[in-house]
Amino acid sequence: MLAYLARRLGYYVVLLLVAVCLSYALAATALQPRAYFEARQPPPRPAAVQAQLSALGIDDHTPLYDRFGHWAAHAVRGDLGRTIDDTSVNDEFGRRVGVSLRLLIVGTAAGTVAGILAGAWTAVRQYRLSDRLVTLTSFLLLSTPVFLLAVLLKIGAIRLNQALGTDFIQFTGEKTPGLQGGWTAHAKDRAVHLLLPSLSIGLITLATYSRYQRSTMLDVLGSDYLRTARAKGLTRRKALLRHGLRTALIPMSTFFSYNFLAVFTGAIFTEAIFGWHGMGEWLVASIGKDDVNSVVAVSTFAAVVVLLSGFVADLLHAALDPRVRHS
Amino acid sequence: MNATTAGAVLDIRGLHVDFAGVPAVRGVDLALRRGEVLGLVGESGSGKSVTALAAMGLLPSGADVRGSVTLDGTELMGAGDTALSAVRGNRIAMVFQDPLSAFTPVYRIGDQIVEALRTHQDISRERAAERAVELLDLVGIPEPRIRAAAFPHEFSGGMRQRAMIAMAVANDPDVILADEPTTALDVTVQAQVLDVLRTAQRETGAALLLVSHDLGVIAGTADRVAVMYAGRIVETAPVDELFARPRMPYTLGLIGAVPRLDADAKGRPEPLVPIPGAPPAPAALPPGCAFAPRCPLAEDRCRVAQPELVEVALPEPAVAVRPEPAVAADEPHLAACLRAGEVAGLRPLDVFPVPGADVAAERAADGRPEGTSVLRVSGLAKTFPLLKGAVFRRRVGSVHAVDGVDLDIRAGEVLGLVGESGSGKSTTLFEILELRRPERGSVEVLGRGTDTLTRREAHALRAQVQIVFQDPMASLDPRLPVGDIIAEPLRAQRAERDRIARRVPELLRQVGLDPAHADRFPHEFSGGQRQRIGIARALAVDPRLLVLDEPVSALDVSVQAGILNLLLRLRAELGLSYLFVSHDLSVVRHIADRVSVMYLGRTVETGAVGEVFTRPLHPYTQALLSAVPLPDPVRERARARILLPGDPPSPTRRLRGCPFRSRCQVFAALPGPQRERCTDQAPPLAEQGGDHVAACHFPAARPVL
Repeated sequence: MLAYLARRLGYYVVLLLVAVCLSYALAATALQPRAYFEARQPPPRPAAVQAQLSALGIDDHTPLYDRFGHWAAHAVRGDLGRTIDDTSVNDEFGRRVGVSLRLLIVGTAAGTVAGILAGAWTAVRQYRLSDRLVTLTSFLLLSTPVFLLAVLLKIGAIRLNQALGTDFIQFTGEKTPGLQGGWTAHAKDRAVHLLLPSLSIGLITLATYSRYQRSTMLDVLGSDYLRTARAKGLTRRKALLRHGLRTALIPMSTFFSYNFLAVFTGAIFTEAIFGWHGMGEWLVASIGKDDVNSVVAVSTFAAVVVLLSGFVADLLHAALDPRVRHS
Repeated sequence: MNATTAGAVLDIRGLHVDFAGVPAVRGVDLALRRGEVLGLVGESGSGKSVTALAAMGLLPSGADVRGSVTLDGTELMGAGDTALSAVRGNRIAMVFQDPLSAFTPVYRIGDQIVEALRTHQDISRERAAERAVELLDLVGIPEPRIRAAAFPHEFSGGMRQRAMIAMAVANDPDVILADEPTTALDVTVQAQVLDVLRTAQRETGAALLLVSHDLGVIAGTADRVAVMYAGRIVETAPVDELFARPRMPYTLGLIGAVPRLDADAKGRPEPLVPIPGAPPAPAALPPGCAFAPRCPLAEDRCRVAQPELVEVALPEPAVAVRPEPAVAADEPHLAACLRAGEVAGLRPLDVFPVPGADVAAERAADGRPEGTSVLRVSGLAKTFPLLKGAVFRRRVGSVHAVDGVDLDIRAGEVLGLVGESGSGKSTTLFEILELRRPERGSVEVLGRGTDTLTRREAHALRAQVQIVFQDPMASLDPRLPVGDIIAEPLRAQRAERDRIARRVPELLRQVGLDPAHADRFPHEFSGGQRQRIGIARALAVDPRLLVLDEPVSALDVSVQAGILNLLLRLRAELGLSYLFVSHDLSVVRHIADRVSVMYLGRTVETGAVGEVFTRPLHPYTQALLSAVPLPDPVRERARARILLPGDPPSPTRRLRGCPFRSRCQVFAALPGPQRERCTDQAPPLAEQGGDHVAACHFPAARPVL
């Protein structure tokens, strides 16, 4: 079991290194920091531009592997370099990583759990009205782009606030600036702010998961072993929970890691629309500024998150399917 | 008929089951008495499994179930899930067909038995675990304490079915329903499992409902038999009476359609009796007797109303000579046939016409034909690498799938290749069909060694060797009309267009299909007709040798008989040779001239069918033959069975000495010094008189039929 997880972890480290190398190569060749400086008003002297580029380690006259070697030498010591505005990438990273993680973790966790429950429930009630309604809603959500969904959620919240005559649902930023009050008031304020962005991420996750879970659950419902479980005297409910749900979850654990990347991409829009200063917003801004080091930092973050979720998926798989641990 | 049957522990009255308005079971009455074994026999779609599941209340929610099921007088029909769950697994237990999928894959076998125990008994987990080990021991699982911790995929098919029986008897049930419990198993394993099932039934004193399509299994195990057809019971009687004097033409046909292992030793077996046509579609049942459209005895009155299941007048007292009659001697014989009185005493051949029966009968009975060699295989071997690892795959061992096979077929001969699953039959076939240099040994097709063939020669030779596959649905492209399917080998051999146009209708006629149906698609044909299409495709390029890979194992017996008769006729008409692979020894006895037995990738015995089946020399052949149940209750009860212990060893290890010795009954009885020969030297295939060869150091003929 431990050997299995250690081996998987080893694979993920290799994959992470590959991902980082490729992102660096792509960012360093596609982005043009020299042009960013030259376009400034008043135009700086070429020597000054050259000096600045060299200082930041993003000089396109230096060969790519030298630049990467320079960056990597710092990166292994935990220093992700300087942004194009000569501030620390690490500092910016630190400010933003928590914001993104809160958004991603709450949204996906809630969406995953709700999606699995919805999928299992609709499978058990196949072709009944409730199944049809959930199916219809899932397809509606799946065919809605995340930015449209986010805007719709915003409009809905405004309408609701107007109708109720309050401003209960807050959706700009992570918290109300200058809020007075104790620890509970702050927690409540943050939770309310988290509501709509998490919904926009969670609803789409829910829709995807419920579709997959429904079909794996349907396979299990028709299985012989579920019939055996009932033949030995388990009630339908017990048989479904003990023998059905667990086996139906196994194929879902693999799906978990792949889905996370899609969620991360969607979160870029969510952050922008709800004014959250997270990694997604940073990525968009950095690309606009030809900021090589910042783009690589965000890409590394994305790779780590995806691979970590892959590792969590392995843990789930091993927990659900003892045959993995056994062999 | 609403009164409960006296003495019945489980009483099913007037059971009707519809699926979306289509009837699957149409008025079934069954009563099971404590301690008796009731065999429920019928072909696929007859409603026998649905009846068993309905008794448990385990049909899917879409099923519309009516009627009455009482357990010791308590009505189960309409009871809620909680009430039924208290009965299921406790008072009524069930053993299912496919043991591979019947256990939840993620729980240990022992834990699944513990769950069955703790659902109905108030015992501690430790005590239940202890009891689970005892139960596994009872059903003959070796090292039960260790095995209880194994997962289902680590068990072989036979062991899973034993564990299933252990789970079924865990709570000492009053009734055990076994739905095709041995259908997915090899014949030696089937014998073990039936033995365990009988023991379990005796130990618990439960009533056993044995659902099976196999008349042999029923004959050897049941006290009473009920025959189902198109959702109704058409005949029921004590087992001896039913097999001796069937009254319903369908039963008669069914008995006549089963190939028998014990056909008389000298001459040829009697021709099989195919029942014409196919069972009616449940959605379009005829108004009268459902069997009337296929029944040669049907009269106008049969087509008017459904005949009732009534007691038949007995011309003489029934011979119920059983040592311990679980069934009262006055058990009635019921049949649902207006002409039941006339059927008594008729033989299957008297009722059902057999086209080409004469051809089958006139086959050469003495000696081998002096024909040219069509196929000669010697010392054939094939190993598959055993790989491990996801990214960097490395070889960790070999599977010795075929490890020394010798075959020899002359023109016009049929060689039956038999062996249990995993013995390497199919690998042997595909190695021959590759038409290239084998890994080891040699293959000669029509006198041409395959090791020196050029591509062009191999292509030409391919037309001479054609194959018919096991699954007639999966081996036909569903999107091609059958005319194109049959024409494909001709096109592959670049036949001219008008030759193809001439050949296709000719081939369809040859296999007994209507040439006008050439533009229909495979799904419009029944299973038997599809296999005929497969045969027509194989015949298209005028092959000399037909390789048949389990060609009838997916078919019901009444249909299977028609295909076997067709193959015999085609052989006589076209002078074909067959390499006929089958796990069913009765079928091989019926169709083959010679038989070759495989065990663990090796040929262990070869000879003329009559010779090998009456004087088997290799202990494995003896065990195999003794495990095949005869569809004859009197003879079946009188037989002594050789039960092989355990499962075949894994083909990943090559054992020194004789590979069969771990299960060999002869080896077990040998004195110590003689055993050394078996443990040290692998026995070669040696002549044992005539052309009968066997690979055994101590061959001794032992009749087992």
